Amino acid sequence: MADVTLTVDGKKVTAPAGTLLIEACKTVGIEVPSFCYYPNLSLQGACRMCLVKIEKMPKLQTACTTVIGEGMIVTSDSEEIKQARKSMLELLLGNHPLDCPVCDAGGECELQDMTFTYGAAESKFMEAKNHKDEQQWSPVVFFDRPRCILCYRCVRVCGEGMDVWALGVQNRGVSSVIAPNREDHLECEECGMCIDICPVGALTSGAYRYKTRPWEMKHVGTICTHCGDGCKTTLGVRRADTGMEIVRGDNRDKSGTNGDFLCIKGRYAFDFANHEDRLTQPLIRQNGKLSPATWEEAFELIGKTFAEIRDSDGGAKIGVIGSTRTTNEEDYLLSKFARVVLKTNNVDHHRTADFPALASALRGKEGATASMAEVFTAPAILLIGNDPTEQHPLLAWQIRNNVRLHRARLYVINSNSIKLRRQATSFVQIEPGMEGQAAAFLAGSDAAADTLANSSTKKEEWIALRDKLRGEQNLVIVFGSEIVGDGLAKLVKFGSAISGAKFVCLADYANSRGAADMGLYPDLLPGYHSIVGNSQFHQEWGEIPQAAGLDLPGMVEAGKAGQLEALYVVGSNPVGRLDIDPFTFSKSFVVVQDMFLTETAVIADVVLPAANAYEKSGTFTNTCGDLQLVKKAGEVTGTKSDFEMIVRIADAMGFEMRKLVPFGGGTRADMGQSRGAQSGEADRHAVWLEAHGLEPKMSPFDPTAILDEIQRLVPGYDVSRVNLLSGNSEHTSLAEAGTSAAHKPESVSPANDSLFSSGTLGRYSRALNSVSESHEVKTAEVSAD
Amino acid sequence: MVPHYPTKRSALVPTLLYAQDEVGFLSDEVIAELAGRLDLTELEVRNVISYYSMLTTKPRGKFNVQVCTNISCLVRGGEEILQHCAKKLGVGHKGTTPDGLFSLEEVECIGACSWAPAAQVNYDFHENLTTEKMDKVLDECRMKA
Ligand code: SF4
Ligand code: SF4
Ligand code: SF4
Ligand code: FES
Ligand code: FES
Repeated sequence: MADVTLTVDGKKVTAPAGTLLIEACKTVGIEVPSFCYYPNLSLQGACRMCLVKIEKMPKLQTACTTVIGEGMIVTSDSEEIKQARKSMLELLLGNHPLDCPVCDAGGECELQDMTFTYGAAESKFMEAKNHKDEQQWSPVVFFDRPRCILCYRCVRVCGEGMDVWALGVQNRGVSSVIAPNREDHLECEECGMCIDICPVGALTSGAYRYKTRPWEMKHVGTICTHCGDGCKTTLGVRRADTGMEIVRGDNRDKSGTNGDFLCIKGRYAFDFANHEDRLTQPLIRQNGKLSPATWEEAFELIGKTFAEIRDSDGGAKIGVIGSTRTTNEEDYLLSKFARVVLKTNNVDHHRTADFPALASALRGKEGATASMAEVFTAPAILLIGNDPTEQHPLLAWQIRNNVRLHRARLYVINSNSIKLRRQATSFVQIEPGMEGQAAAFLAGSDAAADTLANSSTKKEEWIALRDKLRGEQNLVIVFGSEIVGDGLAKLVKFGSAISGAKFVCLADYANSRGAADMGLYPDLLPGYHSIVGNSQFHQEWGEIPQAAGLDLPGMVEAGKAGQLEALYVVGSNPVGRLDIDPFTFSKSFVVVQDMFLTETAVIADVVLPAANAYEKSGTFTNTCGDLQLVKKAGEVTGTKSDFEMIVRIADAMGFEMRKLVPFGGGTRADMGQSRGAQSGEADRHAVWLEAHGLEPKMSPFDPTAILDEIQRLVPGYDVSRVNLLSGNSEHTSLAEAGTSAAHKPESVSPANDSLFSSGTLGRYSRALNSVSESHEVKTAEVSAD
Repeated sequence: MVPHYPTKRSALVPTLLYAQDEVGFLSDEVIAELAGRLDLTELEVRNVISYYSMLTTKPRGKFNVQVCTNISCLVRGGEEILQHCAKKLGVGHKGTTPDGLFSLEEVECIGACSWAPAAQVNYDFHENLTTEKMDKVLDECRMKA
C-alpha cells in the first residue's frame, strides 16, 4: 500500500495507508495510552484513553480507531489531553475497589500505571462502591467484577483469537458486566488468554491467585515442555525450601513465535514440577525393594554393571530408550554415549512422527520445511490429519489467525469434523485411515480417488480440490502421524510440484523432533546419517558398532527372551505409555532416570531422580524444526539433569570425559557457592556471564559444549548462535540430512493427548487434572438429561 | 426474515421481538432455537436480550404497563401516575399481578414528551395522562382480557 506521511508531536511519521494512528505513533516511539485497543483484535473505541488532538478536527479523537491521513498534524500530549485522560481515569476509578495491596495484578496493572502517569484524580463520587463477590468460573478462571474496567479485551481474544466465544457482555451502561457462557461458569478451552490480556486484576488465574507478588519472582522465558509446538512461556520463580519454586506461567515475555498465545499447558501445567511425589534421592533395589541410596553408590553400581555386561557379552546386550522431553544436547549425548561408551546401537524413543521419511524425502531440497512463524503468514495451508486444536494448540492459533487476519485459504482433509473446519475454505471428510490414500491421490493417482470418493465428497470434487491446490503458491502442507512412510513420500512429491511449498510434520512432544534429529534410532545417527557408512560421526566419535540395533519392539522381544541384560531408560515411560508388560524386563538390569516413580521406574533396579526441562538449560527443536533456547527456571534440590547423569555414568565406566563432552574451551570463572550463606552467588555469576554473552563450558556438565558439537556436525543445525542466545527461534533444515536407512513407519504411534492431557507428565499436573475432571463432570450432566 | 439482512445476526433483534410477542417472554428454548437459526452462541443472544429493557427472559403480565418518569413526564406528574398504577395494581416496578394480567414498569423516556405524562401498554401509547385517564386505560385492558 502507498505510504502516508503525517506529523506527530513535531516528528515526521511515514506508514502504509490504512495504518491506525496509534500504531503509526509506536513506530516513532510515541506511546499513546490505551486500554481497549489491542493489536490484532477488532476495534472497540470504548475506553477513550487514547485521545489525541488532530488539527482541523473539532474534538479530541481516539487514536485507536483513526486511520492515518496525508498531512495530518497530531499532538499526542498536552494539558488538554492529559486532563481528558485524567477524567477517564476518574470515571474508571469511580467504582474501582482499589484493593491493589491484595490484587494479583498489583505491580503489573495497566490501570495503576496510568493512574501513576496522569496523577491521582480527585474523586467527586460520594456514592458507596458497588461490591460483588469474586466468582470462580472454572478451575483456572476467576472473576472479580468490581475490578473490571470493561475494555472487552477478554471477550474479543476468546472469540476472535481462540474461536471459543465463551465470554460476553451483559446489560448496558454502568451495569455492563462480563459474563461466562454457562450462566455462572465457563465451558471453554481454559487457555487463560483472557486472564493474560486483562489489563487489571479482574480476571485472575486459579494457579497463581494470591500466591505471591510480581516483584518477588524472577521471570525466566523458556520453552514449554508439553506439545511439540515450542511456545515460549515465562515462568515466575521464587526461592523455596526445596530450591527454586515455579509459581506462575504466563506470557509476559511475548518474544516467542507464539506471540500472545499460550494454551492451558504452557500457562498452568508447570505444577508437575512441584508435585510432592517428585523423587529427590537415588533408589537402588535391595532385597526386592527400592531403597534410598547416595548418588555415588548409584553411579558406581550402574557404571560397574554396564561395563561388565559390555565387556563380557558385548554392548548389544544393552538397550537404551531416550526421551522426547529432554534437550537436544541430552539426546545427542545419549545417542553418542550409547554408541561409543556402551557400544550398542539398541537405541530408540517413543516415535510420534516419521521424521526419517521426511528427511529422506526432503533431501537436497532447500527451504522445504516451514517454521511455526510461517504458518501465520502463508497464503494457503493444507492440513491433512491431526486435530491441531487439541494436539497442537499453537499451530491451530497460527492457522486460525492467519485466516482471520490475512485471509489465508485453508484446506482441511480429516476423518473427523475437527474444529478448524470452521476456518476452512474447503473441508473434506474421509474415512479414518484413508489419509495415505489422499496423499497418493494428490500425488497424481486417480485410482485413489475412487477409494476416497464417498457420499459427502464425489470424485469430481476431489479432482477439483487437487486442481485448486495445484494452483496455489507458497502452500504450507501440514500433516499428522496418519501420514508416514510411503504416504509421506507421495505427499512430498505432490508438494514439490507446487512453487514455494513447505512442509510441517506433526510430532507430539516438546522435543520429539530433537530426539529424531539427534539420532535416538537403532539405525540412524544424528542428522539421519546411517549407522553403516562413514559419516562425520564415524570420523569424530571413534569406533561405532556397525550393525543396526534393536528398536523398541525389538528390545521388548529380546527382554522376553532373556537376551537383554541391561536397559537404560532416560526420561521415558514405555511401560506406562506403550502398553509393555512390566515383567518383560524382569531379567534385565534396568536403570531409569525420571521425576516420578512411573510404571517403568517401579520395575527398575536403580532409579535416578531427574530434573525436568524447566530446571535445566539447553535447546529444543519444535515439530517444525525451529531451534530454541531452553533456560533453567526452577530447581528441586536432590535432582540432577539427565545430562549430568549420563556424564557421571560414563565417568563411572572409566570413559575419557573429553571424548564424550568437548568441554573446557570456553571461559573460566569462579562460580561461587550454590548453597549456604552465599547461595545465589552461582546464579548471580551465571546472570553476569549470560548478560555478557559468555558461555562457560567449564565442566563436562555444561551442555553448551555439546551444542558446539551439534552445530558443527548435525546437518541443518549450523544456525546463528547469536540469534539463538538472544532468545529467538532459528529454523533448522533437513536439506543436508544423511541418507537415512530403512525404518519402520508402523512404529509411529501418536500420543493422542488432548488439550488437557500430556503423557505421563500430565498426570502429575493438578491444573490439568482439575480441568479434565470438571469437564468430565459437565459432560456427564449433559448426557444425563 | 433472515434474507432481508446483509448478515444473519442482524435479524436477531426483530426475531426476538416476534418471539417474545408470540411466547410472552424469551424462554431458554426460544434462546436456543434462535441461536441455532442465526448461527450465534446462546451467550450472544443473552447478551443482546440483557441490553434491551423491552426484552425479557421472565414471563410478564398480558398487559405490560410502562410508565415514563423521565424529565418531561416527571414535571407533568408521571411519578403520580406510576404511584397510582402501583396502588391500583398492587405491584411495584417490574411486578406482575397474581392473575397474570398486568405488569408494571417504570421506564425512561419513550419519546412522547410533547404529550407528557405518557405511558405505553404493550405497543399502544397513552398520552396527557391523568389518574382518571389511566384508570380507564387499565379498565379497558381488563375488559379485553
Ligand atoms: S480461558 Fe480461554 S477459552 Fe476460556 S474464556 Fe478465557 S479466553 Fe476463552
Ligand atoms: S475482565 Fe479484564 S479484560 Fe475483560 S473487560 Fe474487564 S478489564 Fe477488560
Ligand atoms: S501449544 Fe504446545 S507448546 Fe504451546 S503452550 Fe500449549 S502445549 Fe505448550
Ligand atoms: S484505546 Fe482507544 S478508545 Fe480505548
Ligand atoms: S420524558 Fe416521558 S416520554 Fe419523554
